[in-house]
Amino acid sequence: MARFKHKSKSETPGISTASLPDIVFMLLFFFMVSTTIRDTSLKVAVTTPFATELVKLEKKSLVSFIYIGRPHDKETFGTAPRIQLNDAFASTEKIREFISSEREKMSEGDRNKMSVSLKADGDTDMGIITDVKQELRKASALKINYSAKSGTQKQIFDNLK
Amino acid sequence: MARRGIPEVNASSMADIAFLLLIFFLVSTTMDTDTGLFRKLPPMPEKDQPEEQVKIKERNIFVVLVNKYNQLFVENDLMNIHELRTAAKEFIENPENKTDLPERIPTEVEYFGSWPVTKYHVISLQSDRGTSYETYIAVQNELTAAYNELRNDLSLKKFGVKYEDLSRGSDPEEENPRKDAIDEIYPLKISEAEPKDIGGK
Repeated sequence: MARFKHKSKSETPGISTASLPDIVFMLLFFFMVSTTIRDTSLKVAVTTPFATELVKLEKKSLVSFIYIGRPHDKETFGTAPRIQLNDAFASTEKIREFISSEREKMSEGDRNKMSVSLKADGDTDMGIITDVKQELRKASALKINYSAKSGTQKQIFDNLK
Repeated sequence: MARRGIPEVNASSMADIAFLLLIFFLVSTTMDTDTGLFRKLPPMPEKDQPEEQVKIKERNIFVVLVNKYNQLFVENDLMNIHELRTAAKEFIENPENKTDLPERIPTEVEYFGSWPVTKYHVISLQSDRGTSYETYIAVQNELTAAYNELRNDLSLKKFGVKYEDLSRGSDPEEENPRKDAIDEIYPLKISEAEPKDIGGK
């Protein structure tokens, strides 16, 4: 048997890592392209509800976001749902100001295409949402979008219990 | 003296640099694409303008109410949310031409010719201040689904393509007569009523 044993002189060659940078670069480019850098840090906890009939939000530059949810920092801000505009908590009266400043940022032609996305936590009451909607109507920002994440119908109904 | 070529640039740290960048982008990335349900709010009535009460016939209005206990009432009857989609579809379409459902008015529609359209139907969605947002969105979702199913059925029957595929590949800003025709037959009419305090606090 021993004579079949082939004493090979060469060791198993090491795997070449020469292509590693290429692979990493490929990943890098993928992430660079697919990235949208988070520009506001959230101060409220937002878990958007599930929905099935979703439409994608096109052209982020035309969308302003309003966040509604319970503050992360419960000790300082309490547990009642609050509104966050840009980087700070705001009252409902501030919404009109916010909308007009958002409008200012857009080019003339884009202003009527502006829409507002309500990112609200599923747990909040409609009261605060209704107030926000009324303010938006006053600011004549009429195109709105209830932000929701995709889920099955079963998930939606199960969540309601 | 041995001939020596130009020494090669050591590229072994290239991977490290690339990794560093990669990790930066990995951390700063938020991959979520934003999705949601689109709605159009009615404009605020002018202050000096007298509130004109547009009379809507009883048969043309479909009242969906969610109270503060998150119970669903459709036309004043308690309903399970599972049945809402079917009920809404029947209301929008009125397939049997019932007298208590919206009237079907023959309308000229491109591609379809004269077609009975329930032009004046309105779904009035009312909620209480105490209704949870989750329930509200679930109801909104069911109503949207009712419209989408009707549109989809019609689109498949007439054009052999799904409704959402009618606009696929083209610029959303571009005109799409086939989609417009279907939208004309099933216009999305969900009215989110003025806030009411049903049953107090």
